[in-house]
Amino acid sequence: MTAAHDVAVIGGGVIGCAIARRFTLDGAQVVLLEKAADILDGASKGNSAILHTGFDAPPGSLEARCIAEGYAEYLAIHARLGLPLIRAGALVIAWTEAEEALLPALMDQARANGVDDVEPLGAAATRALEPALAPGVRASFRVPREYLIDPWSAPLAYLLQAVANGAVVRRGCAVTGGAHDGTAWQLATTTGPVRARLVINAAGNHGDTLDRLLLGEQHFTIRPRKGQFVVYDKPAAALAGHILLPVPNAVTKGIVVCRTAWGNLLVGPTAEDQDDRDTATLVPATLQALQRRGEEILPALAGHEVTAIYAGLRPATEFKDYQIRAHRGGSYITVGGIRSTGLSSALGTARHVAALAALGTTARPAPVWPGVPNISEAAPRDWQCAGHGGIVCQCEMVTQREVRAALDGPLGARSLAGLKRRTRVTMGRCQGFYCTAALARLTEGRFDLAMAEAPDGR
Amino acid sequence: MDADVIIVGAGPAGLSAAITLRAAGLRVTLLDREAQAGGIPRHCGHYPYGLREYRRLMQGPAYAARLVAQARAAGAEIRTQTNVVALHPGPRLTVTAPGRVAGGVAGGVAELTARAVLLATGARETPRAARLIGGTKPGGILNTGALQGLVYLGGQRPFRRPVILGTELVAFSAILTCRHLGICPVAMVESGPRATARWPAALFPRLVGIPLHLETEVAEITGRDRVDGVVLRHRGTTRRLACDGVVVTGGFRPEAALLAEAHLARDAGTGGPQVDQYGRCSDPAYFAAGNLLRGVETAGACWAEGRAVARAMLRGLAGALPEGSTPLTASGDALRYAVPQRTAPGEGAALAGLQLRVNRPFRGRALVTAGGATLAHAITALPERRIILPLPSGPGPVTLRLEDAP
Repeated sequence: MTAAHDVAVIGGGVIGCAIARRFTLDGAQVVLLEKAADILDGASKGNSAILHTGFDAPPGSLEARCIAEGYAEYLAIHARLGLPLIRAGALVIAWTEAEEALLPALMDQARANGVDDVEPLGAAATRALEPALAPGVRASFRVPREYLIDPWSAPLAYLLQAVANGAVVRRGCAVTGGAHDGTAWQLATTTGPVRARLVINAAGNHGDTLDRLLLGEQHFTIRPRKGQFVVYDKPAAALAGHILLPVPNAVTKGIVVCRTAWGNLLVGPTAEDQDDRDTATLVPATLQALQRRGEEILPALAGHEVTAIYAGLRPATEFKDYQIRAHRGGSYITVGGIRSTGLSSALGTARHVAALAALGTTARPAPVWPGVPNISEAAPRDWQCAGHGGIVCQCEMVTQREVRAALDGPLGARSLAGLKRRTRVTMGRCQGFYCTAALARLTEGRFDLAMAEAPDGR
Repeated sequence: MDADVIIVGAGPAGLSAAITLRAAGLRVTLLDREAQAGGIPRHCGHYPYGLREYRRLMQGPAYAARLVAQARAAGAEIRTQTNVVALHPGPRLTVTAPGRVAGGVAGGVAELTARAVLLATGARETPRAARLIGGTKPGGILNTGALQGLVYLGGQRPFRRPVILGTELVAFSAILTCRHLGICPVAMVESGPRATARWPAALFPRLVGIPLHLETEVAEITGRDRVDGVVLRHRGTTRRLACDGVVVTGGFRPEAALLAEAHLARDAGTGGPQVDQYGRCSDPAYFAAGNLLRGVETAGACWAEGRAVARAMLRGLAGALPEGSTPLTASGDALRYAVPQRTAPGEGAALAGLQLRVNRPFRGRALVTAGGATLAHAITALPERRIILPLPSGPGPVTLRLEDAP
């Protein structure tokens, strides 16, 4: 019989990675199971890369608590893990009289959520802070501690710290069934059985189906909410210092305009409910509408080139709050419905889950703190340091040394998307025109699905 | 001073300029960020190259190798894997390279200076993202440049049955590239009513049995890990076509990222630098030639342009180029761009003429006015087709106006 892990985390998104780290640091023996070839392949691959204070979360909600704790822990640990923090601040902008009327209540809500440094601004003050804004601004308030982060290095760093402290990661490992035998869960997976005392469902857009598979019941239903984004080339980033937020409505935070950690400018997301759990289809008319919206907010955006387009699926449910519940005498915890704020809340959500599990393990006395390489524009890049081996990706200035490092190590990239998330290769304006051939050579034999193959007989 | 002239980009324009400048005895350094000099022809393993330059029919890689050898033999220094990351007045360049950069620090970043700089960084195709093509983002969606890199530089095959999007000349290069490794395109898709490239290239797909779908758009790309099909839209009706890749061809635009934060004036129409008829930028210590000026001309045209701009640079370094220039006034809603964007009062232009493109199918005339005289040129053109008009050499401002035929 396989030796039992203390914890099996199902799902290698930002939530699963943070949970694997938390339980490992708390002294548990953790295995993380990810069905895709690489981590961050589901809901966590496409978000707006903001570290939210939670100022607009429903006060008193579990989501608000997890965001606050996650935010605080990120600030405490990001430097030790080599993760960037871009202190952009956010402006919640009212463009109509009706929106302006909502600002005081939103500021009260922020204060109720412990974000007490919000600052109301008139039209002139708003435009003084952000001169590229369209003239129609009526008023705004500033949330100084809304920050920009690297949405992929953060979860990678969490999981790498878990691995450095003894956690095991299985990629390309889908859970196909399982049962509790009185002492532990026996999970059937596509890479063999896994035994664990505690199972944590962090399966994102598949959370309800996994509950049904393992528990025979579900307590919420996922209806993925698609968010499409348009990313502009680097010069556009000069148009917005702050994260530009609209006044939110009941369904969505609305269309955000903000810089990215890579020095671009993004506009998105849309909020489109759909049934498909896996496919986030890009729709040209919607992307054009996003561009128009972006240009309404920042008229000078009109002449700027689009670098990338992407779509993400957030695991929305029929409930507004997170759905985190223990089942089967505490041997199984579902962490579901983490829509939209997962990146901000992950570390806090992990703490909440650990408290709920109450495993009684002893925290590791001196955990290892492995750093991730910086790929953001907030700190010096590898190409600025000697001996980088040459530039592979010209648009994003990714070096050969970075690519090789990202392919090696305990969590080496196993897909081109995974390599992109670790290094930024192919993310730039040429989208692979210049570097595809070099990348295909550098990654030969490393990916589950090769970029290209030698023709037959060679 | 690291050289008399530093040339950024060792493709046909940069190499021919280097050869010309060396012949005049100048110290020339070519910087190229790729591992091999030669530019785009390095990975165009097919004909026709070299007719204008060497009076023989060559394939791209042989042509590129011969140009590089000729530049080396002429005494030009060629530094590959060297990225220019910033342009400064001076002229002064910030560069990075894997090894030691002469005159700079080991690895990391260094600075180079020269009496003049020629920018010849070429052009690239517009990728899928910038075209806002819908659908998913699986593997197997490539520009022709990436496809050629895989096939000709690596002997690798990214797919077997792709759809080819676009009908500019480069799309036919994509077909040739596919056939080199036994890749069989299943269709060629063009949104316009006819192929962009002129006869006889436009006949080629039919010759090799590839269906050409006109007035058709790729509405959606499908597939999760790999492309498994496209949805084609033709006159309001859609249908699915199975394929395992998409080659997104053409839509060339200058590779002008260096200009984004540089002090040089940029033209919104071309995306490249603003130049006068000598290829001279808004900072007269900087010149530009080749497809950085506009997307896109043939390798032979870029070679000729590099040589002509190099001769202008020699005049400039000797203080023999006219100073001052006036903007070319261009109008007409069909006009996408016109090069040069400025004219200086002087003879012996380096650029082949007044180069323009239209942004929609156009039939009408171009009116070029200079020194009180107007010349009318009849034009029938599709977008992406080259149009070259004589550039008036007289003094004073030049005006260009496009007028649709009634």
